[in-house]
Amino acid sequence: MAGIVGSLKQSWRTWTMVFALVVIWVIFQYVTDQAFLQPRNLSNLFRQMTVTGVLAMGMVLIIVSGHIDLSVGSVVCFLGVILAMLMQRGVGAEQAMLATLGVGAIISFLQGWLTAFQKVPAFIVTLAGMMVFRGLSMGVTSGMTIPLEDGWIKSFGSAYLPPTWGWGVAALVAGFLVLKGIRLSKIAAKAGPSAHEDVQWGWTLLQTSAIFGFTFVMNAYEGIPAPVLLMLVLMVIFQFVSTKTVFGRHVYAVGGSVEAAYLSGVNVRRVVLGNFLLMGLLTGVAAMILTARVESAQPDAGQLLELDAVASCVIGGTSLMGGKGTIAGALLGALVMESLNNGMSLANMEAFWQYVVKGLVLVVAVWLDVASQKVR
Amino acid sequence: MVESSAKILELRGIVKEFPGVRALDGVFFEVSPGEVHALCGENGAGKSTLMKIISGLYPYGSYSGDLVVAGKIKKFTSIKDSQAAGVAIVFQELSLVRELSVAENIFLGREPATLGVINWDKVYQKTDILLSELGFNIDPRALVGELGIGQQQMVEIAKALALDAKILILDEPTSALSDTEIEVFLAAIRRLRAKGVASVLITHKLNEVFSIADRITVFRDGKSVASYAAKDVDEHRVIRDMVGRELTEMYPVIEKSVGGPILEVLHLSVQHPTRPGKDLLHDVSFSVKKGEILGIAGLMGSGRTEILMAIFGALHGKKIGTIKLEGERLDCTSPKEAIEKGLALVSEDRKRYGLVLEESVTKNISLASLEHLTRFGVLKNEDEMSIARNYVRDLRIKTPGINALVKTLSGGNQQKVVLAKWMLTKPKVLFLDEPTRGIDVGARAEIYRIVGEMASQGVAVVMVSSELPEVLGLSDRVLVLCGGRITGEFSRHEATQERIMAAATRFG
Repeated sequence: MAGIVGSLKQSWRTWTMVFALVVIWVIFQYVTDQAFLQPRNLSNLFRQMTVTGVLAMGMVLIIVSGHIDLSVGSVVCFLGVILAMLMQRGVGAEQAMLATLGVGAIISFLQGWLTAFQKVPAFIVTLAGMMVFRGLSMGVTSGMTIPLEDGWIKSFGSAYLPPTWGWGVAALVAGFLVLKGIRLSKIAAKAGPSAHEDVQWGWTLLQTSAIFGFTFVMNAYEGIPAPVLLMLVLMVIFQFVSTKTVFGRHVYAVGGSVEAAYLSGVNVRRVVLGNFLLMGLLTGVAAMILTARVESAQPDAGQLLELDAVASCVIGGTSLMGGKGTIAGALLGALVMESLNNGMSLANMEAFWQYVVKGLVLVVAVWLDVASQKVR
Repeated sequence: MVESSAKILELRGIVKEFPGVRALDGVFFEVSPGEVHALCGENGAGKSTLMKIISGLYPYGSYSGDLVVAGKIKKFTSIKDSQAAGVAIVFQELSLVRELSVAENIFLGREPATLGVINWDKVYQKTDILLSELGFNIDPRALVGELGIGQQQMVEIAKALALDAKILILDEPTSALSDTEIEVFLAAIRRLRAKGVASVLITHKLNEVFSIADRITVFRDGKSVASYAAKDVDEHRVIRDMVGRELTEMYPVIEKSVGGPILEVLHLSVQHPTRPGKDLLHDVSFSVKKGEILGIAGLMGSGRTEILMAIFGALHGKKIGTIKLEGERLDCTSPKEAIEKGLALVSEDRKRYGLVLEESVTKNISLASLEHLTRFGVLKNEDEMSIARNYVRDLRIKTPGINALVKTLSGGNQQKVVLAKWMLTKPKVLFLDEPTRGIDVGARAEIYRIVGEMASQGVAVVMVSSELPEVLGLSDRVLVLCGGRITGEFSRHEATQERIMAAATRFG
């Protein structure tokens, strides 16, 4: 019993977020005459959140390490332009994709190098990047929209995983979770009787039912959207990197205390540079998803995306002081932000309200967090 | 003693509870005007909690019992209330603005001003008077960030006193001070006593207690267990009351054999990174043998920390000279390299340099050894946790669990986590910089035991400490530094406090 209370306390932040999300959904369901929670709309909602979600995953690691990246909105736009222009000139989809990721990596390498090795604050470096790449996007396109050529990248934006495949993937993941559960309880059994076992199996049950529930809802429309699947795969990878690798552990240590990390043998500069590189690759992925979804590259695409990504992280419990934050939290945050966008436009509220409400939700989320820390 | 009968501060049956813990369990405590009253007790005994109640940080209503200042029951709700009542507190953590000058810090928030324009002449003049009254030789215009930690502590004390306090409460005021600085500090306290200011001194250093305190109150497990005039008791009695048992052996008797030299330093000089022509270290040569504990004594700024940092690759400044580890040339440019070669450094300020406070015990223990805890690049979490569990058991780290955040642990237990981190790297040479600063008597003895055990297993230990009893009690050999040079070397039998102090002040 003590174990249950303990683990609930630890994930207190996550639960309040889940609760807030449920409240938001229920309100929108009511306001939109039951249109919000329809499979069709949920499918749209998840697809719309992919760009912010993918960026938020990289942003979490950057913020945890004590930095920030304000350039991602502009860089998403710039990379989208590169992708569309290359394909317009007859470059194959695969080559164009690799080029997009490559340029994303080069841009972020430069920004990371300036931050980590030259000690220019990331805020300044990426603020400059924000302006530079917005300007370059406008210059290269001469302010015109560039349509995306037909091909698999374009169809990827609106593709779905066939329902049977969806079930297959869900079953696979569930099977993996059960195996992991068995392994964990074997280890726990070795350590002696514990109250944690029921908690752990409760978790496994919750996770598998969430996966099947999600698949069920998505299949009730057309299946799991391809970009959403990509985002989920990236989530698993980044969750793994952040918790199960030396690099991930170093990111948190650097964010918690640069000095202690350095004196414990962590190569601080390389960790920061690595973070920026990952962010660059994710920016490339986000650019492809966005360009494919709107089927063109526009010079004003991705405006304020960087702030959406930062807000997602913060709503998801990431501390701007560094050291604290999770991938899953950031994605939940992104889902909250996108639910607000989606729900308000579905309820035919004027666009300006979206900014007002998103801003208020952001500040209230952090306010509650700060207030609750004082109490505990 | 101006008015011997009336008490300036009285605590009557204070009880303070936190969820699941009773931090104070009926505390009685009395201070007379012009009295120096030492408050002793192990970490976690409730001293800090009591301070926070007296200062109003834990407001009236959050505790039960009476807080009486100058005969009146007080209901402080903030630190402003307690200041207005004449209570000044200097906390262990310094709260100065590094970018401001000494005088600006002292008058921060109450600058003398007419129509919002600050009278700077007055600020600097008053600061000058205040500092010289206390006998502190500090330039009021110096930036606090450029002062040593000892001088910063003095500024903090001056700041507290600038309020015309009747009661001064000091939490571990001398933990960062060198012996000469401590003398200056104690002299200041004596002057205040002569002026009728009562001082409450929270400290682990019993020699200071006996050199200055009129009265001693001992805390244990949230209770005031004993209170006596300092002249009626001795150190043994106080320690016994603090730990609740006789502490027979502070320093372990170690069965060990000292082997051949493992770390050799030849003619090492390090230039100051920003002030050319000034050497942080000058022509330093020494060696340490397997299983030997080498003590390094010296005043603040003598280069004692720099010696460790330079060898560990964490000091940026031009290095000249040779360092050899097991006969091979060693030239570390980063701590990472040093750790890979078999060095370990328990740094001076554990909260800043030693630990990631917001992380768990487990993650702090494994931080320096993560590369060895992976299989195909994946962290072996179970191994990591069982290692942490073993250290928590073997080193007797008092923690609610291996996943507890280290910031919730007491100082002594935090330091054991740092030691565990370095033991896990299996070092050949262990550097300790002020290993027991701010740590209570009981935990100290345990840390000495751990260090002794490491030495008996063949680890060469180099320990920098400003506590001479510790240097004398633990070291096989003592080096003394002064002004970046070695000015003395003594074997265990030759070393005495007097000889070390003489060498430590041999400038030029």
